[in-house]
Amino acid sequence: MYISYTISGRSEMVTRGISGFEGVSLSSHDSGSATLLSVRNLRTYFHVGGHPVKAVDGVSFDVGVGTTLGIVGESGSGKTVLSRSIMGINTAGNATTTGSVQYNGSELIGKTRRELRHFWGEEMAMVFQDPMTSLNPVVRIGRQLTEHLRAHKNMSKAEAEEVAIQLLTWVRIPEPKQRLANYPHQMSGGMRQRVCIAIALACSPQLLFADEPTTALDVTVQHQILNLLSQQQVERKMAMVLVTHDLGVVATRTDEIAVIYAGKIVEKAPTASLFSEMRHPYTQSLFWSIPKTSEPKHTRLSAIIGRPPNLAALPVGCSFADRCPYVQPICREVEPDLQSDGGHAFACHLPVGSAAADVALSENAAAGLAQSQSAAARRESNAGVSS
Amino acid sequence: MAGSGTAHLRDNDDMVLRVEGLTVEFPAKGGNVVHAVSGISFDVMRGETLGVVGESGCGKSTTGRALLQLPPPTGGSVKLNGEELTALSRSAMTARRTDIQMIFQDPISSLNPRRTIGKIVAEPLDVWGPKAEDEQWKLVSEMLDAVGIDPGGAKYKRPHEYSVGQCQRISIARALVMEPKVIICDEPVSSLDVSVQAQILNMLEDLKAKYGLTLVFIAHDLAVVKNISDRVAVMYLGKMCEISESDELYARPAHPYTRLLMDSHPEPNPDAVIDDEVVLGGEIPSPISPPSGCRFRTRCEFADERCASEEPQMAMVSDGHFVACHHPLVEVQA
Repeated sequence: MYISYTISGRSEMVTRGISGFEGVSLSSHDSGSATLLSVRNLRTYFHVGGHPVKAVDGVSFDVGVGTTLGIVGESGSGKTVLSRSIMGINTAGNATTTGSVQYNGSELIGKTRRELRHFWGEEMAMVFQDPMTSLNPVVRIGRQLTEHLRAHKNMSKAEAEEVAIQLLTWVRIPEPKQRLANYPHQMSGGMRQRVCIAIALACSPQLLFADEPTTALDVTVQHQILNLLSQQQVERKMAMVLVTHDLGVVATRTDEIAVIYAGKIVEKAPTASLFSEMRHPYTQSLFWSIPKTSEPKHTRLSAIIGRPPNLAALPVGCSFADRCPYVQPICREVEPDLQSDGGHAFACHLPVGSAAADVALSENAAAGLAQSQSAAARRESNAGVSS
Repeated sequence: MAGSGTAHLRDNDDMVLRVEGLTVEFPAKGGNVVHAVSGISFDVMRGETLGVVGESGCGKSTTGRALLQLPPPTGGSVKLNGEELTALSRSAMTARRTDIQMIFQDPISSLNPRRTIGKIVAEPLDVWGPKAEDEQWKLVSEMLDAVGIDPGGAKYKRPHEYSVGQCQRISIARALVMEPKVIICDEPVSSLDVSVQAQILNMLEDLKAKYGLTLVFIAHDLAVVKNISDRVAVMYLGKMCEISESDELYARPAHPYTRLLMDSHPEPNPDAVIDDEVVLGGEIPSPISPPSGCRFRTRCEFADERCASEEPQMAMVSDGHFVACHHPLVEVQA
């Protein structure tokens, strides 16, 4: 049986190679909180036309009780498939999931849907991106809210309704009693998402997956929903995995962030340390490509050139090599392992900030590689601002 | 906000676009009227980018379409280079659209999947440009090249062979091929990943410089709007709240709604202070029966009786910075 142990976030220990099943846990959440979810070497492949599409390819992380992990990635990076694989709700018939997902000590991979049912809702729940399609349009809100309660907790109709009213009050829906009779189309997008959160919270799960919970919503509503989620999380001591494409959303609301690219975690660190010291070139490029309100107008953005690789035909070596400003021949030959420097893990041969990376960047820029020239210019202007 | 008034309009010969009292209403069930845009005014100078920002349902897209007379506004005036567009006949307006083009949010659905890229980009030329195929292709390939699409491969390819970002480049090429004076960009980057978004924003800046374009850039993302715009107008429920040069607006927001938007915007900065109070009743009212007086008053912490009875007018905060509010966050000049 697999045993996971935690390295303290401040440890100077450097571990290499977690590809083996018996690898070292890369958790860096506060050693004070016990591990609730432990994912090891998770792989989800979709078999399409003879070639496996490697949507999730060897992902490992831990989530501690009551903590929040942010998973950041662009479309097609595998972040949604990852959370669905952990929950065991990948419905596609051509998908195979291997590896280990331990929830509170029990292994979830290999369990049947019937067995997993005991975990869904009661132990772990999910809030999806689109509140319109995740609610049933022809069933009243009341029934959708009480469904779990009656199935899992054997409540009577009246009891379940009382709890449902309480839930709607928690998520700040006015006139909750009247709202139970509403259909989803009678509510605004923000209200529907709050109903989805209420449904997810109904059976008091220990772990909540929020998959782009605010992407379809306006900024002011997004702010409300995220506040609501953090408030409920603190009150319930619930752990949360916040999946998003937006570094801004995870910046202030997570304990730890994992950046995912082409199905793999490329960098994982406590939130403050990720932002203060980005080690993977992809994380840095992603951060630089975001327009910020703190920058003056017409600030030239550093776009990442090219496109993410095809998950069915990944290149040899590092998947980011073709778009990377620091790329060296080794990057196209050997795939970098996720290595941990204290609590900060990254998968790169030439991590940002290392002497080798500085040399590689100036060499590439001199050789005329466009992304390196733009990255070098950006670094210079950043240095100018800070000095 | 719900502001009216024209104090912020500039007197200048170099105005490409001047919009005054623009109103768009749609009929609704039971004889009701949807007040989508209610009397907004703005102007755009040659070579300037005006950003229009607001939440869904604030009328920003309707405003963009009304400039193109799609559909013609219910009231108000839209002047392009001094010519009144609302007075033009349908056919005269069709001719005028060569000067004012639009880029849409969803590049996939705005390109016909059954046509080749060559035909899609040449379509405006079929109506108003040279008809000979080789002449058309010369213009089309030049435009495709300008937006970073390899013209050689593109001629006989169809939209599904391109990524979303590339499709957006193609639709920009289609808008540019008529050599328009003004381009209305309606959320052109909101369906794109951030890395692609940065490519498109940089490209728009380059094209603007190269072809001397004037842009109206509609978006909901405050950081995107600030990055590309010279001036920014903030809209709420069919009215304009505030308009200013962009750095000034973000440094000193004067309207409570502008500040609410800025406080809600998630900056990728872990040290940002977030207001974690769970605010109640933050829903946008229905545009069928908008609140009297200032339309923002139902969500505004400073609202009083005056806000319900009297609509605020545009007043000057500083040179080029105007706000329509009875209780502005920074002092206005009388």
